[in-house]
Amino acid sequence: MSTQLSTPVNREAAEALSRSKGEPAWLTALRGQGAELSETLEWPKPEKVRIDRWDLTAIGGYKPQAAIASADELPEAVSNLSGESPAGFVVQRNSGIVFKQLSAELQSKGVIFTDLETAAREHGDLVQQYLFKAVAQDEDKLTALHSAIWNGGVFLYVPKNVEVELPLQALLFSDDAEATFAPHILVVADNNSRVTYVDNVSSAFEGAGAATLVKQSVVEVIVKPGAHVRFATIHHMAENIIDLSIRRAIVENDGRIEWIVGDLHDGNTLSDTRSLLRGNGSTSDAKVISIGSGKQQMSLTTGAVHVGRSSDSQMVTRAVMKDAATAIINGVTKIEKGATKANGEQTEKVLMLSPKSRGDANPILLIDEDDVTAGHAASVGQVNPEQVYYLMSRGISKREAERLIINGFLAPVVEEIPIEAVQEQLRSLLERKLEA
Amino acid sequence: MATQFVIDGLTASIEDKEILKGINLEIKGGEVHAIMGPNGTGKSTLASALMGHPKYEVTGGTATLNGEDLMEMATDERARAGLFLAMQYPSEITGVTNSDFLRSAINARRGEGNELSLIKFIRQMEGKMKELEMNPEFAHRYLNEGFSGGEKKRNEILQMMLLDPKIVVLDEIDSGLDIDALKIVAAGVNSMRSEERGFLIITHYQRLLNYIKPDFVHVMMQGRIVKSGGPELAERLENEGYDWVKEELGIVDETVGQA
Ligand SMILES: Nc1ncnc2c1ncn2[C@@H]1O[C@H](COP(=O)(O)OP(=O)(O)OP(=O)(O)O)[C@@H](O)[C@H]1O
Ligand SMILES: [Mg+2]
Repeated sequence: MSTQLSTPVNREAAEALSRSKGEPAWLTALRGQGAELSETLEWPKPEKVRIDRWDLTAIGGYKPQAAIASADELPEAVSNLSGESPAGFVVQRNSGIVFKQLSAELQSKGVIFTDLETAAREHGDLVQQYLFKAVAQDEDKLTALHSAIWNGGVFLYVPKNVEVELPLQALLFSDDAEATFAPHILVVADNNSRVTYVDNVSSAFEGAGAATLVKQSVVEVIVKPGAHVRFATIHHMAENIIDLSIRRAIVENDGRIEWIVGDLHDGNTLSDTRSLLRGNGSTSDAKVISIGSGKQQMSLTTGAVHVGRSSDSQMVTRAVMKDAATAIINGVTKIEKGATKANGEQTEKVLMLSPKSRGDANPILLIDEDDVTAGHAASVGQVNPEQVYYLMSRGISKREAERLIINGFLAPVVEEIPIEAVQEQLRSLLERKLEA
Repeated sequence: MATQFVIDGLTASIEDKEILKGINLEIKGGEVHAIMGPNGTGKSTLASALMGHPKYEVTGGTATLNGEDLMEMATDERARAGLFLAMQYPSEITGVTNSDFLRSAINARRGEGNELSLIKFIRQMEGKMKELEMNPEFAHRYLNEGFSGGEKKRNEILQMMLLDPKIVVLDEIDSGLDIDALKIVAAGVNSMRSEERGFLIITHYQRLLNYIKPDFVHVMMQGRIVKSGGPELAERLENEGYDWVKEELGIVDETVGQA
């Protein structure tokens, strides 16, 4: 769009907003620097998807949000996503946090679970130590811009040796296409701690025809030695939203990160999930499930960089493409010199349901060490007519047969998801998007 | 109404190659018909054409089940009308558990609003699996995935028993079965014999027919039924092979669709 500037913020505006929110000086400076960097850096260039043709600067403007007293006040479209009496719950609406809660028990154990803006004011040292460490602020225009404009967000800190049983949950949603929606999620799991975080990224627009809005989010997960983090995120926003999601974890010795990503969003999507296995014996497991429909374009990437010895990465992406949807699915396993006994496995599978849909799988192995094992498998195909015939020969209608086969394609991954509630929710969202 | 299945002048081709050259056959409820014949003579093609395999085009003739022409129906409608085919090579379907599949099939047959409750379904499925001496874990395995040849055949019979069809076509149900499994499968089939149900059994071996006694035996060559008789015909074929039939009928090449 010609009316859009190439960079929608500048240093002065970013710093002024930061000061008006009472943010610490270091954060104001960081935002200003991000705005400046964003003027010179380039947008990320994912394989075969021209995201520069998307309306990437439609980020809206900051709009303060009124807090709500309880989850009951949420719009109906998202109120069922509030979870069953969660141990902790944070809700972001558009540009700001409107609700947050953490059980007294977890508070007493020293767990911090709040919005990132508040955390930056109240736990400044901790936040400053880790913010933009897993994702470099100057990586590209997206990360720079995000560092300038991020709002609301989530900060989760789990102290040493604390094991959090129940999932901590967040709901991040947009219902105003003119308001900036840019959550930053920072998770720090200290030595030998354990935690599960689950979020829903959703929208609640009245009627159709809302203006284009870019939702950009950056997730950083710091997994300290021996810690174990499960990060589950399910995206299902309306078509007018462009979803730009960057997720990175740094995993120290014997730490473990598990990613569960449901890319069930209806608009264009850039979803990039990577783990840096820095420590010896560190492990990463990523499962990505996606359904594309309409004219959606998606770039879905999983990645693992092995630095630590005996580090292990598992990555699985399964995508079903309907209508005229396109998905480019990248898997990047990189094993650095010295990462002896490392093992990396990746699988990308695409099932295309219509002649106009398209799916590409690009497995990439970059290996600079001899003493390692690595493997990849990729496939792109259509529903097998022989299988449809077999099911129909038992009286099952064509439509139901295809439904069974498609669900069956996703099932081996969905069934492996270790959190029952997330599994259930994914199933119903999958069903919804497949039936639509 | 007593089941009546009439195949009349059925012709079918695959990739424009005519394989079935006019099949005529009548099966009444309570009857067991066996079809034998050398490899590549059109036996499986007949089974596939009856069921409506997408690769086979029926070019002429009818196959009516109690007055309704199955050839006018889609595959799923044929099944719901009462036709069942135990396939020579059943498909494997990842991610769909055997029990989810069976339940979908049973409920498709029963129709909307008349679905079997989960408890009743499980009871039925487990009962039949026990009869077939199937390990209960097969309920939770993905459909036919990694099943051995014999396990797949047993699973076909399980489906037959649960779906209660009117006309059952068994395509080489005995291939891949060990002797004990053959007896179990045959007992399963025999338990389903009734006045309401007819059987068409495709086999190469008399051995199966020792356990499932046929009323009629047909020989297929060149895409046609070239000879019919009683159980004694199967015994003679077992002992003497097909040469005498070919000689009698002046057939040199019994296969079909090679030219
Ligand atoms: N999908 C196909 N494509 C091409 N030719 C086929 C196909 N299916 C069957 N035919 C041909 O049709 C002929 C009959 O095959 P059919 O499978 O009906 O034989 P059959 O009598 O069942 O043999 P068998 O005893 O070996 O199972 C064969 O020549 C076979 O090669
Ligand atoms: Mg055959």
